[in-house]
Amino acid sequence: MNMNFLDFEQPIAELEAKIEELRFVGDDSEVNISEEITRLQDKSRALTKQIFSNLTAWQVAQLARHPHRPYSLDYIQRIFTDFQELHGDRAYRDDPAIVCGLARLDGRSVAVIAHQKGRDTKEKLKRNFGMPKPEGYRKALRVMKLAERFSLPIITLIDTPGAYPGIGAEERGQSEAIARNLFEMSNLRTPLVCTVIGEGGSGGALAIGVGDRMMMMQYAIYSVISPEGCASILWKSAEKAADAAHAMGITSTRLHSLGLIDEVIDEPLGGAHRDPEAMAESLKAMLTASLDQVEHMPLDELLAARYEKLMSFGNFKE
Amino acid sequence: MNWFQKLIPSRIQTDGSGKKQQVPEGLWLKCPVCNAMLYRAELERNLDVCPKCSHHMRIRARARLDQFLDPDSGSEIAGDIQPVDTLKFKDSKKYRDRLVQAQKATGESDALIVYEGRLKGSPLVAAAFEFEFMGGSMGAVVGERFVRGARVCLERRIPLVCFSASGGARMQEALFSLMQMAKTSAALKRMSDEGIPFISVLTDPTMGGVSASFAMLGDVIIAEPKALIGFAGPRVIEQTVRQTLPEGFQRAEFLLEHGAVDMIVDRRDLRDTVAGLLAMLANQPAPAA
Repeated sequence: MNMNFLDFEQPIAELEAKIEELRFVGDDSEVNISEEITRLQDKSRALTKQIFSNLTAWQVAQLARHPHRPYSLDYIQRIFTDFQELHGDRAYRDDPAIVCGLARLDGRSVAVIAHQKGRDTKEKLKRNFGMPKPEGYRKALRVMKLAERFSLPIITLIDTPGAYPGIGAEERGQSEAIARNLFEMSNLRTPLVCTVIGEGGSGGALAIGVGDRMMMMQYAIYSVISPEGCASILWKSAEKAADAAHAMGITSTRLHSLGLIDEVIDEPLGGAHRDPEAMAESLKAMLTASLDQVEHMPLDELLAARYEKLMSFGNFKE
Repeated sequence: MNWFQKLIPSRIQTDGSGKKQQVPEGLWLKCPVCNAMLYRAELERNLDVCPKCSHHMRIRARARLDQFLDPDSGSEIAGDIQPVDTLKFKDSKKYRDRLVQAQKATGESDALIVYEGRLKGSPLVAAAFEFEFMGGSMGAVVGERFVRGARVCLERRIPLVCFSASGGARMQEALFSLMQMAKTSAALKRMSDEGIPFISVLTDPTMGGVSASFAMLGDVIIAEPKALIGFAGPRVIEQTVRQTLPEGFQRAEFLLEHGAVDMIVDRRDLRDTVAGLLAMLANQPAPAA
C-alpha cells in the first residue's frame, strides 16, 4: 500500500505504480512504450476525476487531514512577500500553533493570522498538532487589534483539529480567550477575510474565523465537533465517524449550499497536496478578489453587513 | 404498584413512569452529596440548595427565573420560536424525534427561556438554560432567543442576566450551532459598546461552546458554588494529557482561584448580589433589601 495515497485512492496508486514501472523499463528497452505510458496516465487522470467526483464526507475529512496537505506557512511563503512574524501574547508566552504577522499581498500591507500544524514529529510537537492554547488566541487578538489601529485588512487561515483540551489551557482560560475573539472580531474596524484551508475544528477554528468573507477550500472541512467526537457521543462509538461526518455536513459544498460559507476555492485534481503551487495561486487570487470587494465598502457599511450576517445564522420556525 | 405506594394517598402519588426530572414528584428526596433525606417543600423554599450541606442542585429554567425575578413581573421573549431540523440529522435516533421527546419531557420548546421582568423593582432581561432539554445544548433557537433578549436590552437600555447550564453546542445542528457562538458574542459586543451591563451567572455545568462564547463575556461573571465550568470536558482532557486531573479541576472555586470568574455566590444570595451590582454599575442607590 502506497502511503502517499489514501485508502480510497488505492486504484490510482496502483496505476501510478504501473506507470513508474514502465518508465523504469523504458529507460533500458528498445521498445517504444511512451505511448503506453501516455495511455496509462490518461487513464489515471480519468480514474482520479471519477473517484474525486463522488467523495463521501469522511473521505473529504481524510483529505483535509492528509499528511502532505499544505499548511499555512506553505501558503504564506508562496502568496505573500516580506512576511514578518510577530510573536507572543505579551502576557504569558508565544504559542507556535498560531502564527501571526505582517506581510504584503501584491504590495499592499495585510495582517496574517493562521493556525500552523507541524510536518515531522518534532515540529508536530512544537506546533502542538495545530491545537492552540489561550495564549495563541490572545496573540491573534493582539495582532488583530494592531491591524485595526493601522487600518490593515486581516487574512486568517484556519487549519486546526480544535483548541487544545489541556490542564494548563483550562487554567489560563481557554473559554474566555475564544469568547473574547468572537466578541472583538464581530466589530473589528478593519476588513476580515477568513479561509478554512484544512480542518476547521469547532470553537478553536471559529476563534479566528469571524469575518466579512468566509471561504473554504474544496476539500477542507468545518464542523462543530470532530466526526470521531460526535460519533463517540451520539453513536457511542468512534468507529461511526464516517456516519457522523455525513450527518453533520462538514464539506465545503454542503456548507456553501447551507449558506454558511460564501465561497468555495477549487482544488487541483486529487487535492491541494498534488499541486501546492497551483493551490497557492488559486488561494491568492481568491484572497485578492475578496479583499477588493470588502475594501471598497465604507467601514460602517462593512460592519453592519458583518453583524447582519452573524445575526442571520440559524434556522427556526416562528 | 407495591404495598408502600398503595399506602400513599392518590393525590401525592407519583406516576412511576421514571420520567427524568430534576425534582421528582415524591415528598422526600435525597441530597446526592450528603445523602440527607430532604423534605421536598422545604428544599424548594431553600431554592433547591441542600439545607444540610449547601449543595446546589440543578434547577429547571422556569424555577430559576421564578426565584430570581420579582413575583409576577415578567413576560416571555421569543417563546414562540421553534427548532427545525435543517440537516435532517439522524444518529441512532432522528433529531426530530429527540426534539419531540425533549419537548414532552420538559414542557419547553427549546433549551433557553428568556424573560423581560424586574429585579427588586428594576427592569431587566433574564435568561435561563433548561439543562433537561438535550443537556441545555445551544442550537439556533437558543442563539436567537439570546439575541432577541439582548435586542430588548439595547432598545430599552436595561441590563441582561443569563444563567447558563449547558453541555455546549448542539451537535445535531452542526455548524449552525457553532455559529451561534459568534452570533451571541456579537450581540454582547453591541451591548458592551452601548454601556449596557451583562451579568453572566455560571451554574452547573457550563461547558464547551456556551462557556466559550457569551457565558465568559459577562461584565461581571458569577459562579454558583462547585459548578463545573470549562471548555473541554474533563474526560476529553484526561484522555488527551493522560494525567489524573487535579482535585477540584474546573470547579467554580478553581476558576475563581485562576482568575476566570469574579465571585462565587450562594444561590440564596443571588438576587441581592446581582441587584446590588447592577445598581452600582448604573451609579444608582442600593436597592431596598
